[in-house]
Amino acid sequence: MNRKKLQKLTETLTKNCKHFNKSEVKCLIDLFYTLVGGITERQGTVVGLDRNAFRNILHTTFGMTDDMIMDRVFRGFDKDNDGCVTVSEWVYGLSLFLRGTLEEKMKYCFEVFDLNGDGFISKEEMFHMLKNSLLKQPSEEDPDEGIKDLVEITLKKMDRDHDGKLSFADYEQAVREETLLLEAFGPCLPDPKSQMEFETQVFKDPHEFNDM
Amino acid sequence: MGVALTKSAQWTAAGYGPTALEVTPLNEAILKEIIEFIENFLYNHPQEAEYVFAEPLEWKTNLEPSAFGSGYIVSETAVESKEVDNNGQPLLSLSVPHVQIRSFGQLSQFLFIAKDSKLKEAQLCVEANRNPVEKILGLDYNTIKEESSALRILEKLTKGDDPENEIKRKVAHLLYQLDLHLLNNSLKHISLEIRLNPVTVKNDIELLKRFSGKGEQTVLEFIEYTSDYEFSNGCRAPPWRQIHGEICYVLVKPHDADTLCLTCSSEGVFLNGGKTDDEGEINYERKSEVYKDLVTLLKDKSAKFSENMSRQELKFNEEHHKEVNQLSKTAKEEEAIPSNRSTSGSHRSTLEKNQINLVKSHMAKRLAPSLNWKATVDSKDRKSSFKEPQEEKHGRHEKTGTSFSHGRAQLIRKSVEKIEDIISDSSSESEEDEESPDHRQEANADLPSEYWQIQKLVKYLKGGNQTATVIALCSMKDFNLAQETCQLAIRDVGGLEVLINLLDTDEVKCKIGSLKILKEISHNSQIRRSIVDLGGLPIMVNILDSPHKSLKCLAAETIANVAKFRRARRVVRQYGGITKLVALLDCGQNSSEPAQLSLYETRDVEVARCGALALWSCSKSHTNKEAIRKAGGIPLLARLLKTSHENMLIPVVGTLQECASEENYRAAIKAERIIENLVKNLNSENEQLQEHCAMAIYQCAEDEETRDLVRLHGGLKPLASLLNNTDNKERLAAVTGAIWKCSISKENVTKFREYKAIETLVGLLTDQPEEVLINVVGALGECCQEYENRVIVRKCGGIQPLVNLLVGINQALLVNVTKAVGACAVEPESMAGAGLWRGGVPGHIGEVVRLGKSGWPS
Repeated sequence: MNRKKLQKLTETLTKNCKHFNKSEVKCLIDLFYTLVGGITERQGTVVGLDRNAFRNILHTTFGMTDDMIMDRVFRGFDKDNDGCVTVSEWVYGLSLFLRGTLEEKMKYCFEVFDLNGDGFISKEEMFHMLKNSLLKQPSEEDPDEGIKDLVEITLKKMDRDHDGKLSFADYEQAVREETLLLEAFGPCLPDPKSQMEFETQVFKDPHEFNDM
Repeated sequence: MGVALTKSAQWTAAGYGPTALEVTPLNEAILKEIIEFIENFLYNHPQEAEYVFAEPLEWKTNLEPSAFGSGYIVSETAVESKEVDNNGQPLLSLSVPHVQIRSFGQLSQFLFIAKDSKLKEAQLCVEANRNPVEKILGLDYNTIKEESSALRILEKLTKGDDPENEIKRKVAHLLYQLDLHLLNNSLKHISLEIRLNPVTVKNDIELLKRFSGKGEQTVLEFIEYTSDYEFSNGCRAPPWRQIHGEICYVLVKPHDADTLCLTCSSEGVFLNGGKTDDEGEINYERKSEVYKDLVTLLKDKSAKFSENMSRQELKFNEEHHKEVNQLSKTAKEEEAIPSNRSTSGSHRSTLEKNQINLVKSHMAKRLAPSLNWKATVDSKDRKSSFKEPQEEKHGRHEKTGTSFSHGRAQLIRKSVEKIEDIISDSSSESEEDEESPDHRQEANADLPSEYWQIQKLVKYLKGGNQTATVIALCSMKDFNLAQETCQLAIRDVGGLEVLINLLDTDEVKCKIGSLKILKEISHNSQIRRSIVDLGGLPIMVNILDSPHKSLKCLAAETIANVAKFRRARRVVRQYGGITKLVALLDCGQNSSEPAQLSLYETRDVEVARCGALALWSCSKSHTNKEAIRKAGGIPLLARLLKTSHENMLIPVVGTLQECASEENYRAAIKAERIIENLVKNLNSENEQLQEHCAMAIYQCAEDEETRDLVRLHGGLKPLASLLNNTDNKERLAAVTGAIWKCSISKENVTKFREYKAIETLVGLLTDQPEEVLINVVGALGECCQEYENRVIVRKCGGIQPLVNLLVGINQALLVNVTKAVGACAVEPESMAGAGLWRGGVPGHIGEVVRLGKSGWPS
């Protein structure tokens, strides 16, 4: 890619992305092309990180482990849903990942948790996401009992309109009262430590990391 | 007869007025025995039948005079027997409705005449003559009081040799035999009435549980209690149902029937109305007949049960019957012992028989508790009334050792202990109340529902990953953590350990959630101690280094709560907490205008505030004050004092005020120009802040330069004006304290006079708490060094209240009062005005003056 094109790309992305300055955008673009592996963009072809490559980054860089959640994070990045994360999707995604405001993060997390995209997090979806969250106790008759109970507890805590499922309004209200519930159904944002490491590594000039 | 009547017969609740025999099978049996005895008396013992009673048996009869026939002189309303005693008095005389009878012969005939109503007459007779033996044999022979009296009777009877005494002895003998007989019979009744008790019911259920489960071979599908909670007396029924004798409720599912909800009560087992849909309450109403025990009921309700039961029989019977019948068996055996004795021992001496009788009567007494058990709640009385005879009995056993084989004696003792167990179990509740409050939760019958919910959440905290842990923490935070039940519940289910462990993990969210809970529950002193015991403080001190600001804040706030006692403060210091907390105060450049504070800066301010809060708690220890100073805390505190956040200022001023008791600090405070800001904050709206500022000034104003600084910065006027608000006593004490210390400087006194503070101070001489009075009088004492002020005090009528305060006992107050009065006494006019020079008071005043001159001993 020639320098002129890169400069233009950097400028457009910086303009559209409020959380990064120009040098940071540039660092991220550089990183992206390193990760893709030097393939330059040619007419007609889309250069990007496919699902596996992206998941690999999430796992190694941001310490995520839950396959399902990582899948959902990929979908969160892949705005046009074409199966790969392009350079602009990469920068926009990371902007939220690293510097997003609470509002942006809430919207993003809710989309991650709303597995079927119907605008609600249903009991089934919660169960699905929480099913591995408890140590299995062989003594119990119903091994899922704890999970079911956990779903009920969450619902009691967050379902403000008592309709048995979480709308975005329910979720938003609960998170505003207790920020810890932002990632209620599984970690889908980088934890502060890996975030700081990532920024130090990529930007060389660490901005004071974002406190939750 | 006497013993049987008092001990065995079931009298209606004793009270004032006539008592009556309850209509029970036992009483009826006793009466029938008595009737039989009397009816046959005439034939069996013709000689003794003529014995004339010491006193007549007298009662209101229902018999009409017309019923009497030959042998009686009958008139319309009266009857007299033709049979008379040595003095010519008739042995039976009836004047409607009173009847008096003085011999067994007449009694016998009377009952014969009464025919169908003889049971009723016998009852009336027994009711009217509660102590028939005494009436028959005379007062001396009263056997009821003490068992040993029987021996005394024998002694007496054998002494006299005249024939009348001989007959008397025989009658007494006969009566004892009757008594014995009655007791034996009543025992039979009692043994039939042996009730179910919690132990047997529990054993039954446990046993059935062992043979329940899935599959064809078991006797039941399941059997379970409706309540997990077992009271200390072994019952599971709620107390208000225990009054009805109910022990517990069980849900039983036989193979071939629907689930049964059963009530096990002391009277037997029956079906109840089942669990109601809402709230799972039980419909206590009885829906079936009462079965003698659980197995009988189940055999009746489920064919499959009885079939499988018979298969299990061999194994089952052994254990089951042993346990179920233990009580009744022992009771039966007890009963067997004396009856054998009495039949085979007719040739034995009366002495031995009497002894058996005594043992017998003890048994009758002792068995009574099993009767009472079903209905009584108040166990204290019961316990005390039975323990005594029981112990006595053990003593007896040893003396009359030959009468019992060892094995039997032990068996009986065992059953005694069993009964005793039950009794003492039910009475132990009151004793547990006296235990330390720490264990109250476990002993308490009604564990709140929160307890179980918290227990469940702690389980998830233990066995969950980060996501589950965060959910559980957030849910736990929703409980009312300010409530002691919740605080202690968290501790009692082992939640504190888990919460503290979470602080040691890498998960920021878990740490935050955990600290949010710890922060709230550490308001409780018991929790604080537990946190320190579990080693929570060092971990929290480490968190103060975290880059995460909200985490730092929470840790500092929790430390502020925990460090309320000495040991905790020491731990904080030992783990380097003071230095770290002081470091928190350094919140970067403080921009002077709050509007410009960015998000990060407000967070910095918050960190500093929490640090100050923790330091405030820690600064209660002398060593910590030094540590704070050495860590460079004073300049930082001075800088924070310049901010305008009330939330920040209160802990900062609070810390300064605590520390200002140290000489080093006062110097540093002067050097850091802290007084200026303290004075500034006196003008704040916040009462607490005003209080702490005034308190800090009070501490610092020992020094003349500081007093001048207060004046130069205009601090005297706000102090004087704060005097007018007397509602907040703490603040008033602090303000008057500051005024007192400030008024040591003459210039300040002049200012106070200008602000009319002296008048106000005089007004505060009455109706104030001692802390305020000490300061007020101290200030007046300083002011009264000047003539002008003495005049003011006198004119305002301050002398009289001051002198009144001389009668107090508070030393500090007295010293100040004497000093103030002494200062005033310089003006003879003042004292005259108060009329104190009259009547020998001057000597007193002279004393006061001398004391006053010596001044405040500081």
